[in-house]
Amino acid sequence: MKEIRLHGRGGQGVVKASQIVVKSAVDAGGYGQFIPFFGVERKGSPVFGFLRLGDEPIRRNTQVYEPELLLIFDDTLVDLPTTYDGLKQDGIIIVNSKKSASELKIPSQAGKVAIVDATGISLKLFGKNIPNTAMLGAFAKVTGLVDWEILLAEITSEFGEKNKEAAIAGYYEVSIADNKK
Amino acid sequence: MKIKAMTGNTTAAIAASLCRPDLIAAYPITPQSSVAEYLSELVHSGELQTNYVTTESEHSVMSVIQGAACAGGRTFTATSGQGLALMYEPYFQMSTMRLPMVMAIVTREMISPCTVWSGQQDAMSVRDAGWLQVYVENNQEIMDMIIQGYMITEHEDVLIPINVCYDGFYLSHLVEGVDVPSQKEVDAFLPPVHFNHAILDPDNPMAVDSLTSGEVLTRYRKGHLEAMVKTLDVIEEVDKKFAKSFGRSYGGAIEEYKCDDADIVLVAIGGMTGTARDAVDMARDKGIKAGLIKLRFVRPFPTDRIANALKGKKAFAVVDRSVCFGWNAGPMYTEVRAALINGDDKYSHFSAIGGLGGADISIKHMTSVIEKLESVKSKPGQHDTLWLMKEF
Repeated sequence: MKEIRLHGRGGQGVVKASQIVVKSAVDAGGYGQFIPFFGVERKGSPVFGFLRLGDEPIRRNTQVYEPELLLIFDDTLVDLPTTYDGLKQDGIIIVNSKKSASELKIPSQAGKVAIVDATGISLKLFGKNIPNTAMLGAFAKVTGLVDWEILLAEITSEFGEKNKEAAIAGYYEVSIADNKK
Repeated sequence: MKIKAMTGNTTAAIAASLCRPDLIAAYPITPQSSVAEYLSELVHSGELQTNYVTTESEHSVMSVIQGAACAGGRTFTATSGQGLALMYEPYFQMSTMRLPMVMAIVTREMISPCTVWSGQQDAMSVRDAGWLQVYVENNQEIMDMIIQGYMITEHEDVLIPINVCYDGFYLSHLVEGVDVPSQKEVDAFLPPVHFNHAILDPDNPMAVDSLTSGEVLTRYRKGHLEAMVKTLDVIEEVDKKFAKSFGRSYGGAIEEYKCDDADIVLVAIGGMTGTARDAVDMARDKGIKAGLIKLRFVRPFPTDRIANALKGKKAFAVVDRSVCFGWNAGPMYTEVRAALINGDDKYSHFSAIGGLGGADISIKHMTSVIEKLESVKSKPGQHDTLWLMKEF
């Protein structure tokens, strides 16, 4: 079972993106679970989500404290102490940013760092910052945890062709590097 | 594909619609809102043929439903926290009029301080209002217990309404795969129904809920309590029938997990049970003989099954997601203790309380309960309440 934590801001589509990942996993015959964390939610405030994927039924009903993967939808969140908290040794960080890894204060335990300008992709395609589908493209490329064709089909049926384009852009534009410690 | 990923609230709405209710009345409240929204969408799109009544409050919801049940119909609603509190007057009347129905409680902490998040305080607070109550562990069990709920509540030996209780946010907004039965399968399991034991029918006049003297009222209560006892058998019977039709069994009023050779036993309820299963397995890997009782039905309370499951064990702890004011403990802890036929003085035991107001119950929390059980298992008697908080 893989434990993943998502960090974003209200309005960026963190919940919708995670639901699509679980749907894709379930449609492929696997298991998935997503628990959104609702604070005092409003547009712009930090939001979290807890995502699990596995080959066996997922029983635990709890938040994720030691993620193997962090999916960060907004690079201003790296300044919050909770964002990188608990990342496992050699864990993966996927972040929506135009910055370099050194500017993002990547913690030493991270193994791989993947950076994608999902906001740029979103602005170009939709004229606003809804980076979730571009992030899903990057997620699929970096982790291979979901079937890419199924994921694209889910994105298209849920959000339409333009979001499929955003996911494809995220898939091809993400840059993956080993964490320089 | 039969297995579909969905939230707990979507699951509840689909389950209710598969049971072909004659009438649904609902008022949206966090974290239940998407149940009411999705059901009204199904009605609007024509997928669900029923009478959907939007009301101005939960008090009216239950009053409308009472009317429909007195016309002999099958009904559904769902609510949470403050909505349940506002509904209390017709809610109590529904069970004491012995009108069957299924109502989901999407459990929520009670105010104050102000909160909209998870906790089982709302449902626990009404456990003495005459309803049946079952608490479920995951989205599949929401689906299955709403369907089973109708068969239980409508059973001629029961005729008591049932609450299917599931954790706000931790299940209501959790997305996972659910095996959705077909309409044909549910129709075959659950035949149409028309009640006539408390009916408002001008052609066959019947005095329903008239002003009643103490002596007669006492007979009503006696009958209600005795029906609760009979319900224990009906729960087991319906679980078996369901397993035959759908291939899933939940073990009836409680489920025992790795209890056979256990020294120490966790008692869990609702969504936290899955977390407790993982914690028990982790303890077993370390050589600790831990077991788990999943408390499913709280009303009627399965006293005999709990006493049997704990027979010969050294220690138990009950994890509550609510408090019992006046006992310095959780409500299920006080009831599990009361269920022990020969007294509880030979056991080491304590109450654990966590997950209030949306707080998490983590694997670490469950492990801390197991560790405390290990450390007190040779010291019979009651030990201090363990509060599952961030600093443990």
